[in-house]
Amino acid sequence: MFVSPIREPLITGNKDYHQITEDIARPTEGRPQIGWIIGMGIAQVALLLGVFMMLWTIWYGIGTWNLNRTVGWGWDITNFVWWIGIGHAGTLISAILLLFRQKWRTGVNRAAEAMTIFAVLCAALYPGIHMGRLWVPFYIFPYPNTRAVWPNFDSPLLWDVFAISTYFTVSLLFWYIGLIPDLATLRDRAKSTLRKNIYKALSFGWRGSAKQWQRFESISLVLAGLATPLVLSVHTIVSFDFATSVIPGWHTTIFPPYFVAGAIFSGFAMVLTLMIITRKILHLEDYITIGHIESMNKVIILTGSIVGIAYTTELFVAWYSGNIYEQYAFLNRAMGPYAWAYWIMMTCNVFSPQLMWIKKLRRNLVATFILSIIINIGMWFERFVIIVTSLHRDFLPSSWTYYVPTFVEVGIFIGTLGIFFTLFLLFARTFPVIAIAEVKSIWRTSSNQAIEKFQQQEEAEAAAEKETATV
Amino acid sequence: MNMSEHFQFTSGQKRNAFILMGIGALTLVIGIIMALSGNHTMQEKIWTGILTNNMFFLGLSLAGLFFIAVNYIGYGGWYVTVKRIPEAMSMFIPYMGVGMLVILIGLWAHWHHIYHWAAEGIADPNSPNYDRLIAGKVSYLNKPFFTIRIIAYFAIWTFFAYSLRRLSIQEDQLGGVSQYNKSKVLAAVFLIFFGITSSSMSWDFVMSIDSHWYSTLFGWYTFSTLFVSGIAAIILFTIFLKSKGYLPQVNQEHLHDLGKFMFAFSVFWAYLWFSQFMLIWYANIGEATAYFKARLDHYPFLFYMILVINFVVPFFALMTRNSKRQMGTLATIAVIVLIGHWFDYFLMIIPGATGNEASFGIFEIGLTIGYAGLFLFVVLKELTKTSLVAAKHPFFKESLEHHT
Repeated sequence: MFVSPIREPLITGNKDYHQITEDIARPTEGRPQIGWIIGMGIAQVALLLGVFMMLWTIWYGIGTWNLNRTVGWGWDITNFVWWIGIGHAGTLISAILLLFRQKWRTGVNRAAEAMTIFAVLCAALYPGIHMGRLWVPFYIFPYPNTRAVWPNFDSPLLWDVFAISTYFTVSLLFWYIGLIPDLATLRDRAKSTLRKNIYKALSFGWRGSAKQWQRFESISLVLAGLATPLVLSVHTIVSFDFATSVIPGWHTTIFPPYFVAGAIFSGFAMVLTLMIITRKILHLEDYITIGHIESMNKVIILTGSIVGIAYTTELFVAWYSGNIYEQYAFLNRAMGPYAWAYWIMMTCNVFSPQLMWIKKLRRNLVATFILSIIINIGMWFERFVIIVTSLHRDFLPSSWTYYVPTFVEVGIFIGTLGIFFTLFLLFARTFPVIAIAEVKSIWRTSSNQAIEKFQQQEEAEAAAEKETATV
Repeated sequence: MNMSEHFQFTSGQKRNAFILMGIGALTLVIGIIMALSGNHTMQEKIWTGILTNNMFFLGLSLAGLFFIAVNYIGYGGWYVTVKRIPEAMSMFIPYMGVGMLVILIGLWAHWHHIYHWAAEGIADPNSPNYDRLIAGKVSYLNKPFFTIRIIAYFAIWTFFAYSLRRLSIQEDQLGGVSQYNKSKVLAAVFLIFFGITSSSMSWDFVMSIDSHWYSTLFGWYTFSTLFVSGIAAIILFTIFLKSKGYLPQVNQEHLHDLGKFMFAFSVFWAYLWFSQFMLIWYANIGEATAYFKARLDHYPFLFYMILVINFVVPFFALMTRNSKRQMGTLATIAVIVLIGHWFDYFLMIIPGATGNEASFGIFEIGLTIGYAGLFLFVVLKELTKTSLVAAKHPFFKESLEHHT
């Protein structure tokens, strides 16, 4: 298999197979670093605050939120959609980039898939709390019951239950099956008996025989096939929650693909935020190279521009429609009481990613890190703008209102951030954050040694050609 | 130079292309004579036939350009062995510019009434033609601005198509990576432009026919139609050239990947079709459902047929690995997909442009054959102009050793 030497190496630092195992497995084996402990401390405080605020909501009732008759969805659904969106990068990397044979995915797929699962967990909390009776969440599932109460099958909210639970199951299976060979590596390296036994149980008796690898490959392919439509379907159905309605600003046909693009956009921003820190703290710069960062920044420009085109299309078609309610909804977004949120959204999501056309910035860690945070903020505001500004001035001007969240709603959001980072920090300490086996699989074609070898091969051929020409 | 690297456009093939063009020209002439002798239906058929075929073949040529551009900036390596085919297809863009010029001339000369917004006095409250909704759109939908937009689209698309083509041919002589690097920049700029114009051209040419109706997804939906039919055309040219003994470097692996593209984008097309239809059906707002009501009530057969042959057929036929690696199966499905997407444009255009009683018959078939003859002639002619193999492309060797 030949790889053109104009491609950048994806593994640098003259690594061999053993060194790769050493570098990636080491962070799970020593004592935690001080940075990890501080991070975990902060995440725990946030998590506890969130749990407290959730209990507060349950104790005093949903009235502790500032939702009202006009604005029935506020921070809760904004956060729900934001978290679901963040999860999409993991699935895109593991399924779609696999189909497109993007080898750089091996550097970031494990962490991105983990992030997907944690983000979906955070998202799933919101409908549960929002329904106000957290102790009867099973009401949302259709099952034969003595009450003869069925959920409404016509409602996209129910489709969401199916879409997200399928998505979560497949993502979890995909992630865990990919982990099995690496967990076996950790088991074989374990020094203490307890550690050995834990990883032994987790790795399901993996021995690395040819038959096991063959089955591993087949199941990976099947799951990738299943995960590919899920990349599109989940956020499509989330967008149906809005677009099947007749609310101006919600009912628009571009929502499904535009939500998917936005989800991938925000997901990659979160992957960049996490990976820039992780590679630094765990010293993984040779596996998550500047080339990886640049590739992810290119996905950011692409999806950011798609989102930009979608915003513009919506705006144009609202005018073009001749429908005064549509026109007002968009005028109100850009110039109404929530104009500040709209312009934050436009600045963060449409204008700022365009800076990444500059190659220097794409390959600059500080710039990338700052931009990734900006996009995370911008994509949160996108959902806020869609949800709250479309609702707050409805068809009856006497019901118009201005919604601000209470400390309870803010606290729950901070709490989900705490849950997310707690899980991610635990993951970084217990599982290899890079897929060891997959990185090794590209060593022969994409390590710096391999690229150098192909370079020499090209030069030798060119020299031979020259010689024949002179003869 | 190896003979198999240079396509010979034989006189027999040229003759066949001319026969196809002749059929088209004859159909058109007979149609014009019938229209001039007072056959109003035929007059409508001529104009909608020209627009439908313009859109369809413009779609194929733009898809060729888009395919090259997207592979440049995506660092695609596998496609290099077939690269000259989409390149040659993109050379057809100016011809469709001429085709659209005919529509523009007809618009200014009042020879057709495809675009209701261009009717006299549409924005004048005292005119019997006054339409309140369209009056709100005239700052976008008016003849001068429409003309400017269309000329700009074709000028800029043609510029990118010719520039990328020129760099690609230069590369054959010079080698190195300088042409490649320049192409990457051009490709990126083109994609930005195309991202906007692929939507706006579909609003201009097609969505504005149903002047009251609007759908934000429409632009992306027509893009998916354009791209999947372009891939089908690339597949057919590849298989044609291979059957004549050219392109020995193209093996099952490359066909497999092209087949995957056709499969994936057929599914993607169905996804967008469903998204647009389902949301309009579910919300059930009269001004939006009117579009589908006209099609479901008066063209139910076409409406469902398009879904079957553009989605169900490729989905099941291309599901297995083997079907994507066999030239016969792949070519059959590509032909079906092309026919399906031609009817897709037909159904987008016909009800708004000619009403509920339009028919499909010998005239449409004849005209489309003529267009196909011209398209084949131009693309095959372009293929003779340079080597079929982009041998100095930096990823050429990767493409040779490609393995799915």
